[in-house]
Amino acid sequence: MLLTTPILAGPREDLLAQYATAAKAAASAFSGFSAARGKTLHTQAFVGGKPDTPACTSCHGQDPRSAGRSLAGKVIDPVAVSVSPSRYADPAKVEKWFKRNCNEVLGRECATQEKGDWLTYMFSQ
Amino acid sequence: MTIPYRPLVLGFAAIAFSLVLLQRAQAGGSHFFAPVADPVVREECGSCHMPFAASMLPADSWQRMMGNLKDHFGDDASVDAETARRITGYLVANAADTGGRRYSDKLLRGVAMNNAPLRITELPKWVREHRKVADWEWKHKDVRTRANCAACHRDAERGYYDE
Repeated sequence: MLLTTPILAGPREDLLAQYATAAKAAASAFSGFSAARGKTLHTQAFVGGKPDTPACTSCHGQDPRSAGRSLAGKVIDPVAVSVSPSRYADPAKVEKWFKRNCNEVLGRECATQEKGDWLTYMFSQ
Repeated sequence: MTIPYRPLVLGFAAIAFSLVLLQRAQAGGSHFFAPVADPVVREECGSCHMPFAASMLPADSWQRMMGNLKDHFGDDASVDAETARRITGYLVANAADTGGRRYSDKLLRGVAMNNAPLRITELPKWVREHRKVADWEWKHKDVRTRANCAACHRDAERGYYDE
């Protein structure tokens, strides 16, 4: 998938466009975000983070359209935009959770490419 | 003239009983802890676990906790400086030894206000109240952690922690 600039740009599309700009600046070979890569990132198990939370799905659940649950029992709204249309409207909030959750799950911060892929997957769901 | 002791005593007993009831109703009994009212605190302190009542810990504990959000019981819960200031302000103003005193007197009894635990679940009164909860119950898939008050206390989010 090539870099697509959505015609109807809302806050979510703006955010993705910003990530695309940053990703291109970080790697000139950048050729757009991929929902398929985002899905892999979302479901794959990592070893670098906390043993309690090896994958995004540890808390968010296997199905992005279903609610998840934190380790402390709190219900987490579904991550898919189709069922949680108010998500990803606040860039600061998105960054806050990427920072925390990538550290917990991957044991490192996520690259811009990964964030964009993950968001693209969730926007498509 | 004979003083009617019996009616008087009964009357006083009734009034005293009503006063105790009224006082408990006002304080909500010993199992009520006013839920967090500030929307920012509710959001920031209530995403991973339920937003715990400020009156469950003294101001000093909240201040120490807010000073190290990067390692919040093993998790990174850091927020930006402005948000941290607002959260700390709310928690300190409504803590067990400040604005939330009337809810906290039993939970915090015998605890040094300047050297209290950071975990509510380490308060001696909390431990006593939960001593009968079996290990398998804590490990139940709907409980899993002692921070999950609402798994058993259905009205915890509204401030009621009755059995």
